[in-house]
Amino acid sequence: MSFKRKDLLEIGALSPEEISLLLDAAEPFREIGGREIKKVPALRGKTVVNLFCEPSTRTRTSFELAAKRLSADVVTVSPSSSSAAKGETLLDTARTIESMRADILVIRHSSAGAAETMAGRVGLSVINAGDGRHEHPTQALLDLLTIRDRKGRLRDLRVAIVGDVAHSRVARSDIHALTKMGAEVRVVGPPTMMPPGLHRLGAEVRHRLDEALEGVDVIIMLRLQLERQERSLFPSIREYVRLYGLTAERVRRAAPDVLVMHPGPVNRGVELAPDVADSAAAVILDQVENGVAVRMGLMYLLAQGQGA
Amino acid sequence: MTHKETILIKGGRVLNPGRWDGVADVLIEDGRIVAVEPGLHKKIRAAARIIDAGGLVVCPGLVDAHVHFREPGFEYKETIATGGAAAVAGGFTSVCCMPNTRPVNDSRAVTEFMLAQAAAARKARVFPIGAITKGSRGEELAEIGELCDAGCVAVSDDGVPVMDSLVMRRAMEYASAFHLPVIDHCEDCRLSIGGAMHEGAVSTELGLPGIPRAAEEVMVARNLVLAELTGARLHLPHVSTAGAVRMIREARARGLPVTAEAAPHHFSLTDDAVRSYNTQAKMNPPLRAEADVRAVREGLRDDTIDMVATDHAPHASQEKQLEFDAAPFGVVGLETALPLTLALVEEGVLTLEQALAKLTTAPARAFRLPHGTLEPGVDADVTVFDPNATWVVDPARLHSRSRNTPFAGWTMKGRVVATLVGGEVVYENEGTEGWIPDDERLPPIPD
Repeated sequence: MSFKRKDLLEIGALSPEEISLLLDAAEPFREIGGREIKKVPALRGKTVVNLFCEPSTRTRTSFELAAKRLSADVVTVSPSSSSAAKGETLLDTARTIESMRADILVIRHSSAGAAETMAGRVGLSVINAGDGRHEHPTQALLDLLTIRDRKGRLRDLRVAIVGDVAHSRVARSDIHALTKMGAEVRVVGPPTMMPPGLHRLGAEVRHRLDEALEGVDVIIMLRLQLERQERSLFPSIREYVRLYGLTAERVRRAAPDVLVMHPGPVNRGVELAPDVADSAAAVILDQVENGVAVRMGLMYLLAQGQGA
Repeated sequence: MTHKETILIKGGRVLNPGRWDGVADVLIEDGRIVAVEPGLHKKIRAAARIIDAGGLVVCPGLVDAHVHFREPGFEYKETIATGGAAAVAGGFTSVCCMPNTRPVNDSRAVTEFMLAQAAAARKARVFPIGAITKGSRGEELAEIGELCDAGCVAVSDDGVPVMDSLVMRRAMEYASAFHLPVIDHCEDCRLSIGGAMHEGAVSTELGLPGIPRAAEEVMVARNLVLAELTGARLHLPHVSTAGAVRMIREARARGLPVTAEAAPHHFSLTDDAVRSYNTQAKMNPPLRAEADVRAVREGLRDDTIDMVATDHAPHASQEKQLEFDAAPFGVVGLETALPLTLALVEEGVLTLEQALAKLTTAPARAFRLPHGTLEPGVDADVTVFDPNATWVVDPARLHSRSRNTPFAGWTMKGRVVATLVGGEVVYENEGTEGWIPDDERLPPIPD
């Protein structure tokens, strides 16, 4: 089976088979990261443009490394403002990049739908590296790869996603990916951070962390955007930590071999108590390592499809 | 005054809501309706022009209580001339123009400029709506008395709600001296902050910031309470939620002098139309959920909602090609409103007479316009349409300067054949210009 899509825009549109394919494609590339010469010629002669219209260090670096290890030529562009502020439409930006004969466009943008809008109007492959609060599909893939690696399966796992689901693209992609693969997802946070209709995505909504963690196999902590406090989403960091911070004591409520995950960067002492972040249960650095492999596998599949 | 030609509209189904429904001839002399009677053509010896309306519907020229013609200030989106052309192509002969121009229509000068541009364009009649507050800043009252003298038919800070309840109270009290309706775009801007579409399951899925129903309903409730306090004539535009319909129904049952309008997109589409981040489906208030669409239709059916108004809001293609959250709110509507309202007749929600009343007599009455009727003696504003003709919406063929319709590619039933303003034919569809037959449809043009 090959990946039939031109783009990767959202997990929500993928079938379980497609998700499995993307995870499987990452496997062989994990080994390359451990080699002395971390390079294969799979994308030699291809051009990858990373268009990061929003500040990002780890995702941008991960995509850049992935493309370079595949021997692609990589250009990273980080416009300081949105196309609207510059007076250029997103469509014109996409067409400009296409005219430079790029093969893959990786886009990170603060507006939901930015990647989809571009993808529909250009021939090159578009990878959504995070669009507003919509989706961050490669994050979900690297999360699933990490879980599958440690647990040997995804089906029937109980997963808690904790934090500001309303403003999180990671949460949306993870909910789609996990439920499609047969895991049971509960989302936990104050009602101010729970958008309407989550049950339609297959997630169960909980407000009390202690109860929600009972027996779970995986805990995914979302990064708290500290500036959100101004919009009355929560009264204080102190109260948020008291109610939703993951402590060692709370981890003990979960299954004995629970995995603690976080998309990074971690606010130590907020989402995660420092001892939890450094514990054996935390697989945060595995996630980062798997991120490069997932992105290599994805670009490899997309480039293969282009040749067909 | 120049002598205008005598016109006989022959053999159509004349529907003058509340007055007449049957096959008749309409005689127009000197720009006025002279008679509406069956068999007039046998008595008339010299009509300069005969319009054969056999199989067609002849009704008063349509009246739209809510359009944005963008002039002065945003002529790249629409002018009074291009908006007027779109209006008459859609069968509208009178339109009420919102004041969110640049400068804002908060003065006699802007009002008179609009009226002069409309007179020069010789398309639809334009009735300006003046601002409630200076610059529509929501702080100090505009000179409403002078706006009234200059020809404004209502006041509104449309687009920007009057958030300060004391200012709104004073506006209602003050405007009542001139019998001017006060129109408030009902939106609590704190509740809707940052919102780009209806808040619900679809916004959650798309990751777009939502505008809750409550943002509209809180302000509908406030305005109804203030209307009761002040006795002012309140008009509620573009009602989009079930809760708003319910509150208006209750207020009207108690006899409050409140009128309300619904926009065709709000009774034809749900927030599902936003999927794939379609900026052509972005407007404010946003497309709501299925239950709201049903409630708006029920409100129209039981006359809680008096009228259909388009909220025609043209925007240039480069503006609608922005990211969804950055793109402006608004859709054009003048050229699709009649068939979309007729679809409610087809679906059994409204009778044809009721549908046409909501496009003619109801808005004319609410804004005290001497139009929207075919009574002998009035200006001959007449729309002739074929209720059975179908056509496909091709944005490139719209008469508006802008193309931002959410109905691209839709097959519409009901087509304007001729539009008369003051006894002059200002639009005529020979079956070619502007429209294409169903079987020759082109694929919709992306944007």
